[in-house]
Amino acid sequence: MRAPGGPDARIGDVLLSVENVSLSFGGVKAISDVSLDIRKGEIRAIIGPNGAGKTSMLNVINGFYTPQRGRITFRGQTRSKMRPHEAAEGGIARTFQNVALFRGMSALDNIMAGRTLKMHKNLFWQLLRWGPAMAEEVAHRREVEEIIDFLKIQDIRRVPVGRLPYGLQKRVELGRALAMEPDLLLLDEPMAGMNLEEKEDMSRYILDANEHFGTTIALIEHDMGVVMDLSDRVVVLDHGIKIADGTPAEVKNDQAVIDAYLGVAH
Amino acid sequence: MHVEKQRPAGSALMHFLYLIFIDPFVQMAQAPDLLAQTLWEGLVSGMLYALIALGFVLIFKASGVFNFAQGIMVVFAALTLVGLYEAGVPAFLALALAIVVMFILAFVVERSVLRPLVGQPDIILFMATFGITYFLIGFGEIVFGGDPKVMITAPLYLPKGAITYHTLGGMVQLQKIDIAAAVIASLMVAGLAIFFSRTRIGRALRAVADSHEAALSVGISLEQIWVIVWFAAGLVALVTGIFWGARSDVSFALEVIALKALPVLILGGFTSIPGAIVGGLIIGLGEKIVEFYWGPLVGGGTDAWFAYVIALLFLLFRPQGLFGERIIERI
Ligand SMILES: Nc1ncnc2c1ncn2[C@@H]1O[C@H](COP(=O)(O)OP(=O)(O)OP(=O)(O)O)[C@@H](O)[C@H]1O
Ligand SMILES: [Mg+2]
Repeated sequence: MRAPGGPDARIGDVLLSVENVSLSFGGVKAISDVSLDIRKGEIRAIIGPNGAGKTSMLNVINGFYTPQRGRITFRGQTRSKMRPHEAAEGGIARTFQNVALFRGMSALDNIMAGRTLKMHKNLFWQLLRWGPAMAEEVAHRREVEEIIDFLKIQDIRRVPVGRLPYGLQKRVELGRALAMEPDLLLLDEPMAGMNLEEKEDMSRYILDANEHFGTTIALIEHDMGVVMDLSDRVVVLDHGIKIADGTPAEVKNDQAVIDAYLGVAH
Repeated sequence: MHVEKQRPAGSALMHFLYLIFIDPFVQMAQAPDLLAQTLWEGLVSGMLYALIALGFVLIFKASGVFNFAQGIMVVFAALTLVGLYEAGVPAFLALALAIVVMFILAFVVERSVLRPLVGQPDIILFMATFGITYFLIGFGEIVFGGDPKVMITAPLYLPKGAITYHTLGGMVQLQKIDIAAAVIASLMVAGLAIFFSRTRIGRALRAVADSHEAALSVGISLEQIWVIVWFAAGLVALVTGIFWGARSDVSFALEVIALKALPVLILGGFTSIPGAIVGGLIIGLGEKIVEFYWGPLVGGGTDAWFAYVIALLFLLFRPQGLFGERIIERI
């Protein structure tokens, strides 16, 4: 656990808040009237049993799903829904529960794709691969190489990602999200299916990204140990309803949370 | 007695097998000039099949839509070019305007068809391309009339006549327009390949082809990519229309050539650009060779069905095609 007791200097104002968001699919209520906020610089965990609505919440935040009700305020601007493009341009990056990589491309090209919105040189220069476009490409390549070093994936940078083992795919996906230099990073179960050692590595990358780049992180994770170690605040969903919100210690001892998990985990 | 009775039956079978398995190759060896001529013709029509298939592949890769309208886009592009010329527009201006029209078409399709239907099942989008097809037929007939037109070649400085080589113990004749078609089709394919491998937009297209949601999450605009691929498919359609139109004439009957793209796609894989090219060449070459050497055995007309038989065999034994990825459902 980090920074036990006392406010943390890393953490600032509210960066994003959702208010009274409801989302349903036909008869299924995925999210019912949930409000939560994410503060600048924190690691905010979203936990809950299977089908609780965690992934749906991330999808609302980055504009994949349109909630039927509620509001989303990001950087002080309030909307009834995000659009994926607005989210990406506003500095929201994400990874997916079931790794979503560009399978045919190399690890390097995948991470390069994270720079899409940062490249500006026009088509003419790109086709010539000369002049300003080349300089731009080189500059971005340098940034991407730094991320590759950071994630220790130098030796696989040329490998088509479809051929990589699952743990490395998750790492490349994190790399692609980091390449966007996001202000808010949404991680959907980044450690699912990993062994202990891989989990420790991933935890370190997440903490480093948070501490060194100041990236705000929203993290969905089932492993309670990891959640307790990494997060500053935890929100708990169950059947689409928010049942608890607080520090890891508070949440751990909350009766509603214990009940929700008793039905599922033990 | 027995032996005597069987002999005629046996030799008829032998003769039949000879006609199928030996005689065509003897003919090939004896008249290499005819073989070369047949191969050349197969190559040229194969190239045009490849171009049509390429239009399909571009759109399928980027949006998962099987574009039924690709055939009619060939006709529409060619009609626009000829129609404008007949209305008194200079040839090269007409060509430029036809390109602009294909861009407008791509834009309108994205706005009015793809965007409202995003997230719908593939079959809905497929049906929507039927809608585009019938719209283009109706619209084309209103604007340009229903009569067949003659493709303009001389005003576009496309060569006429033939080159005759006396070689291989005979002669081989290459139509100049076919040579031009081969050269321009190759340049076009090379151009597209460079565009899609070297530019940021090309990288974005490949990203979209692999995962819509991941592409969206890094800020790639699906709308922009769709306009670009439909425009690219429109350009390919225009080139195909010019050269195919020059071999017959420009009419809505041309649309059926799109049906030839289906076997090409099954052979090459729906998502593979090299597959479209190789598949097109194989079908084109195979069709001409089979018709010339084996066609007479069954009274000709094999080119009407040969491609589909090949496609059927592929469907049975290698449904993803020569180069395609496994066929997977896409969101
Ligand atoms: N696109 C969709 N269409 C229909 N129902 C959906 C869709 N997405 C989510 N749901 C439903 O919404 C509910 C919440 O799903 P969600 O994926 O958000 O849960 P989760 O908390 O992420 O679960 P898990 O821990 O299993 O990933 C589930 O009942 C799910 O079936
Ligand atoms: Mg989930």
